[in-house]
Amino acid sequence: MIKAVMMMNTQGKPRLAKFYNYMPVEKQQELIRGVFSVLCSRPENVSNFLEIDSLFGPDSRLVYKHYATLYFVLVFDGSENELAMLDLIQVPVETLDKCFSNVCELDIVFNYSKMHAVLDEIVFGGQVLETSSAEVMKAVEEISKLEAASNSISLVPKSVSGWRGR
Amino acid sequence: MSSSSTSIMDNLFQRSLEDLIKGFRLQLLGESNFISRALEEIRREIKVTDLSTKSTALHKLSYLAALHGVDMSWAAFHAVEVVSSPRFQHKRIGYQAITQSFHEQTSVLLLITNQVRKDLNSANEYEVSLALECLSRIGTHDLARDLTPEVFTLLGSSKAFVKKKAIGVVLRVFEKYPDAVKVCFKRLVENLESSDPQILSAVVGVFCELATRDPGSCLPLAPELYKVLVDSRNNWVLIKVLKIFAKLASVEPRLGKKVAEPICEHMRRTVAKSLVFECIRTVVSSLSDHEAAVKLAVAKIREFLVEDDPNLKYLGLNALSIVAPKHLWAVLENKEAVVKALSDEDPNVKLEALHLLMAMVNEDNVLDISRILMNYALKSDPLFCNEIIFSVLSACSRNAYEIIVDFDWYVSLLGEMARIPHCQRGEEIEHQLIDIGMRVRDARPQLVRVSWALLIDPALLGNLFLHPILSAAAWVSGEYVEFCKNPYETVEALLQPRTGLLPPSIRAVYIHSAFKVLVFCLRSYFSAEESTLSFSAQEFSSASSSMNAFTYESILNLVNVIELGLVPLSGTHDVEVQERTKNVLGFIVMIKQDLSEKLNLQDSETEVFRVTAFMEDVFSEELGPVSATAQEKVCVPGGLELKENLGDLEEICGEFLKPVESDSVSYTDKISFSVSKLRIRGQQEASSSTSPPHEASSLLAEHRKRHGMYYLPSQKDDPESNGNDYPLANELANEISPDPFNPKKNPNKSKQRPVVVKLEEGDESRNPPQAKSNIETVNDDESLSRAIQSALLVKNKGKEKDTNPNSEQQKQEESSRIEDHQNSEKKKKKKKKKKNGESSSKHKSRGRNEVASASEQVIIPDYLL
Repeated sequence: MIKAVMMMNTQGKPRLAKFYNYMPVEKQQELIRGVFSVLCSRPENVSNFLEIDSLFGPDSRLVYKHYATLYFVLVFDGSENELAMLDLIQVPVETLDKCFSNVCELDIVFNYSKMHAVLDEIVFGGQVLETSSAEVMKAVEEISKLEAASNSISLVPKSVSGWRGR
Repeated sequence: MSSSSTSIMDNLFQRSLEDLIKGFRLQLLGESNFISRALEEIRREIKVTDLSTKSTALHKLSYLAALHGVDMSWAAFHAVEVVSSPRFQHKRIGYQAITQSFHEQTSVLLLITNQVRKDLNSANEYEVSLALECLSRIGTHDLARDLTPEVFTLLGSSKAFVKKKAIGVVLRVFEKYPDAVKVCFKRLVENLESSDPQILSAVVGVFCELATRDPGSCLPLAPELYKVLVDSRNNWVLIKVLKIFAKLASVEPRLGKKVAEPICEHMRRTVAKSLVFECIRTVVSSLSDHEAAVKLAVAKIREFLVEDDPNLKYLGLNALSIVAPKHLWAVLENKEAVVKALSDEDPNVKLEALHLLMAMVNEDNVLDISRILMNYALKSDPLFCNEIIFSVLSACSRNAYEIIVDFDWYVSLLGEMARIPHCQRGEEIEHQLIDIGMRVRDARPQLVRVSWALLIDPALLGNLFLHPILSAAAWVSGEYVEFCKNPYETVEALLQPRTGLLPPSIRAVYIHSAFKVLVFCLRSYFSAEESTLSFSAQEFSSASSSMNAFTYESILNLVNVIELGLVPLSGTHDVEVQERTKNVLGFIVMIKQDLSEKLNLQDSETEVFRVTAFMEDVFSEELGPVSATAQEKVCVPGGLELKENLGDLEEICGEFLKPVESDSVSYTDKISFSVSKLRIRGQQEASSSTSPPHEASSLLAEHRKRHGMYYLPSQKDDPESNGNDYPLANELANEISPDPFNPKKNPNKSKQRPVVVKLEEGDESRNPPQAKSNIETVNDDESLSRAIQSALLVKNKGKEKDTNPNSEQQKQEESSRIEDHQNSEKKKKKKKKKKNGESSSKHKSRGRNEVASASEQVIIPDYLL
C-alpha cells in the first residue's frame, strides 16, 4: 500500500500532499516538515530510499526523486517494491510533462486540481492501479472535458436562475 | 431577496482557487494573516445556497487544508451539499473534500450513503470512479455494508476503467465489512484469469494485501496464483505475485519447493531490476532452505553490490542483511564490498553496511571488526560515528558479553571509545564499565587501569557527553581500589580542581570513591603493621600489601590531601555533594587525632582502628548484578490486590484517609532508616564491634517478624535461601579459575574466557508486549480471514455443484469432497508437470488431508504438491 504522496519544493513548501489513511491536518503538516528536514540534508547522487519508521510507523519506506526545484516523495509499506515505486514516480511526472509540455513548479502550483486528477488515476486508495501515462492522460482529458461541459451549461450564472425562480 | 442579491455579488466577485493561489504569491500580509483573511471569505461564501459559489469555496478550503494545514472539519456538511450537485465539477470538488477530511467519527458521514450509491450506479464512468475512490478512502463498516451490492455489480462491469477501481475498492470493503467476502469473493477470484493486464494487476494487488493480513486465507488460491507466476510477463503483476508467495510460503513451507524454480527462471530471464530484486527478496526471506535458489540469489546480490547506482547497492546490502541470519557465508563472501560500503557517501548505504558487519561478528573476528569500525568512527560524521559506537557496544554486550573472550581488550576498547571526539554514547559505556566490573572479576585490574587513564585525561572533563563515563571510572576506582597501583594518585585525580566541571551527582561519586580509597589505604596500613608485629599469616594476600607499602607519612599525606581538596566543598549548594563531603570530613576528624598522636596504631582498641575496620567492612561487601526480573521473583502474597483501582477509595473513606496516609509515610521512613542501621549493625557484629543501635534493630526485627514475606532474603545472612538467584561474582570466580589475578601479558586465542556472571533468564531483554500486539492484530484480521476461508469453501463447493452449507456434518462432508476435488486437481497438475515422485507425494498429501479433515479446518490444498 502507498501511504502518502507528496510534492514539495526545495524550500520545503508543499505543493501537493495526499495521505491515504486519514490523518488530522496538524499531523500531516508535521509529517511534511519531517520528511523535508530529512530530504534537504541528503547529498546529491545518493540512493533514493529512506528509512522513515520514525515518522510513519514501522514497516514504512520512502522513495523520493529530485527534479529541479521539486521533490517527489512516495511513502509506502512492505507490500510494494522499492524499485517499482521509483519507476512509479516517473509516471505522474511523464503525464504532467505531456499535460503542460515541459512541466515546471509553477504549472504544479497553479494546477492543483489537475495534479489530483493525474494522481488519482495512478494511485487508487493506496493501491497502484495504472502505470501507463497514456491511459492516465486519456482519463485526465476526459475529466477536464466533463468539467468544462458542466461549466458551459452554467454559463448563465446559476445563481441568477435560482434568483429568477423566487 | 437581500440574501440572494449578496449571493450574486459573491458569485460574480468570488475569487477562484487560482486567484487565491496568485494572491498567496503576491501577498504582503504574511502567510498566516493571508490565510485567515481567505478563511473568512471562504466561511462567508460556503454558506451561500448557490452550489457553484459553495463548491469554489470548498475547493479553496481543501487546498488550504492540504497544503497549509488549515482545519476543514467544520465544512463537512458543506462537502455533503456540494457532492449532491448534478454537475461533475462540483461533484469532484465535493468528493475530494470528503476523502480528504472525513473519518470514522465524522457525524455527517451517514448522509452520504445514498449519494455514493447514486453515483456508483451512474452511467458516467467518471462519476462512478469518483464514488469508488471515495469509498476506498473513507469506507466505514456501514458504508461498506450498504454499498456491497453496488460494488458487486461493478465488479462485473464491462469497462476496464470501472472494473479495476471496483477491484481496488474491494480491499476496503472486505476490511470494514468481512461479510462482503461472501458476496464478492468469487467475482474477485475470477479476475485472476483475466487477460487484461490492468485488471490482473489490480486483483493481484488486492490479494497481496489480503495475504499480508492473513496468509492462510489466501492459501487455497495458490494454483491460480502459480499460473500467474509462470505465465505473466508483466513486472508489476509478477512483483505482487512474488510478494504473495513470500507470505504463503511462510505458512505452507511445501509451496517453496514448487515456486523456487519459476522464481529462479524469472531471475535469470528478466532485465528489470525491480523484478530481480523482488525475486531475490522472496528467495532470501521465504525460500532460504532452497540451496540452489539461494545461491542464484546471492550471485544476483553480488551484481547489485558492484553496481554504481547507489540504489542498487543499498538494496543489495539490504538483501544481504535478510540473508545473513541463515546464510552467513553470503555476507562473508561479500565482505570486501561491505567494508567498502562503510565509506560510501550515502548514509543509508553506510548504515546498512554497518548492520551487516555487526551481523558477521563472532568471538573470532570481534577484535578485527571492532578495530576496523573504530577507525571508521574516528573519521566519520558525528551521527554515523555514534551509530558505529552504539552497534559495537550492543553487539559486544549481547547476551552478557557472549562473544567477548578477552575482557582486558574489551575494557580498553571502551576506554578508547571515550576518546573518540564525537562520542555521545556515554551512558551506555558507563553502564558497561560498571556491569563488567560486577560480572567479570578477572577484568577488574584492567578496568581499574583504564578508569585511571580516563580520570586523569584532562580532555574528557570538558565533554558533557562523557561525564557518565567518568562517573563509572570514578566508581570503579573506588570500588576495586585493591587493584590500584597508586591510590595516592587516584585520590589526586578524583579531587582535582577541574572536577568542578562535573554535574553534582557525578561529583558525589568522585568524593565517595575518594572515601573508599582512603579507607582502603588506612586499612592496608594497619594490616601491614599488624602482620609485621604479630607475624600471623593472615589471608591478606592480594596485591595490596606488597604493592602499597604505606608508610606513616604517606598516610598522613593522603589524609591531608583529601582534607584540603574537600574543605572548600563542605559549603557547596548541592546537598548530595555536601553530604558526601561532610561524611568524609567527619571521618577524617575522627581519625586524625589518633593518627597524629600515636605512631603505633596496631592497638585494636584505638578509635581510628575501629572506625577504619568498620568502614572497610561497609565497603567490602561485593555488589553483584541484579536480575532484570528480580522484582517479578517476589511472589505476590495472597490477598494482596495490586491491580485494584483505588480511584474510588477517597470517596468511600475520604475523611479517614488523610491521617492514615501521613502515618504510613512516617512509618516507612522509620523503616528505611532502620534498615540501613541494621546493615551497619550486621557489619559491626561481624567485625566484633561494640554499641549496636539496639532500639532501631529491635524495631526492625519486629517489623520483619510481622511482614517477613515482604523482605528479600538477604545475601549475607542466609545464603541457603538465595536459591542461586544472585550468585556472588567472586564465589563463582574462585571456584572456576583458581588464580584469578594471574597477569596476562599477551592476549591470545588460547586465553581462557573469564567467568561472566550471568543471571539465568533475567539478563535477556525480552519483548512480550510486541508478541502481544501481534496476537491482537491477528485477532483484528480474524473475522476477515474467516470470511475469506468460508468464501473459499463456498467457491470450491460451487464447483462441485453442492448446496446446503450449514450443518456441522455437512461441513465435514463438504471438506472431504473438497479433498477429492483437490486430489483430482492435483492429479491434473501432476500430469501437466511431472515433477515429484508420484507415490510419495500422493501419500504425503493423503496424510495431510486426513489431518486437515480431522481438525475440521479449512483445508490447505495440495494442488501444487
